[in-house]
Amino acid sequence: MHEMSLAENMLRIIEDAAHQQGFTRVRTVWLEIGQLACVEQESLRFGFDVVTRGSIAEQARLEIVETAGRGQCVKCLHEIPIATLYEPCPDCGSYEIRVTGGEGMRVKELEVE
Amino acid sequence: MCVTCGCGNGHTIIGGHALRQQRKPDGPLHFRSHETDAQVADVSAPRIVKLEQDLLAKNDGYADANRRYLSKHGIFALNLMSSPGSGKTTLLVKTIAALNGTLPLAVIEGDQQTDNDAARIRAAGAPAIQINTGKGCHLDAQMVGQAVQQLGLQHNSLLLIENVGNLVCPASFDLGEAHKVVILSVTEGEDKPLKYPDMFRAADVMLLNKCDLLPYLDFDADLAIEYARRINPKLRVIRISASSGEGMAEWLEWIKDGCSNAVAAKPEESFG
Repeated sequence: MHEMSLAENMLRIIEDAAHQQGFTRVRTVWLEIGQLACVEQESLRFGFDVVTRGSIAEQARLEIVETAGRGQCVKCLHEIPIATLYEPCPDCGSYEIRVTGGEGMRVKELEVE
Repeated sequence: MCVTCGCGNGHTIIGGHALRQQRKPDGPLHFRSHETDAQVADVSAPRIVKLEQDLLAKNDGYADANRRYLSKHGIFALNLMSSPGSGKTTLLVKTIAALNGTLPLAVIEGDQQTDNDAARIRAAGAPAIQINTGKGCHLDAQMVGQAVQQLGLQHNSLLLIENVGNLVCPASFDLGEAHKVVILSVTEGEDKPLKYPDMFRAADVMLLNKCDLLPYLDFDADLAIEYARRINPKLRVIRISASSGEGMAEWLEWIKDGCSNAVAAKPEESFG
């Protein structure tokens, strides 16, 4: 349940931005989550609802934008889409795949007032 | 902090002291007092604010600070992670006993509740500090940074960090360690590396523990190692038994090499 910690981090990022940019209410949060990120989206939504109670982001809409997992096979160097960390390269069968995308979790932007 | 599931930093206790928060999390926000009415009217219109900020950036910042501190003082730090019951603490106790007198070491123990593991480590002869995360499921870099300060580590030493028993959450949180070490015991399933891939991918070393029990179990050690290397082809694997001592020599050798390298890689002291 580290999603609660991640939700707290989100709120901290939002509050820091509010200090710097002077807004008082957050309507929407766009959050980018990689397909391979170690996070359960429903738990994160639950955590976000709980930690934002009484804050400037209370009742803000959380829009999760999922980014696809990408990798490069170390053996055949092919760029491949990857949905899990345990499947082999579809072209050469090697398990040595370097993840090149779809791991991140970041607050992209906010709609504020 | 979280009143529903209790998770988070709100109840974290480090060596008997509450975790120091940098800012009161629910403190009031005062940021418009200096603005004119015109500015206020202007900023209250709906608008889009671009942030592009990583959710783990704050933790990673603390982890970088820990790593700089450890590196500066020649301290080799390992983050040990596993499911509950894999034999982490017993392995630590045996490791401490075997290293006794050869190099200075200290232990950070992470558990949700109780001081039991730190007491076991102290009884084995090493200084230890307990972090109780309350209901939290992992250690984070801020907790470890404060524990390091409270412990007062010796220069050119070994720091063993026993994370909360959990094969999921600790994988995401860099603590500033030199290596993550995952412990899988042969009383678990061979396919745990496939079921919990993030942990096995984050680790540099896997200790396959309780190997003395293999004759009594159906566990296929080769298959477990193959699964782990599917996730992480570079994973170093040591078959070990804290009870029989199998594999301990290799594990201790690896630790000693790491400590020597940490001392050798220490940045030169500046006398200017």
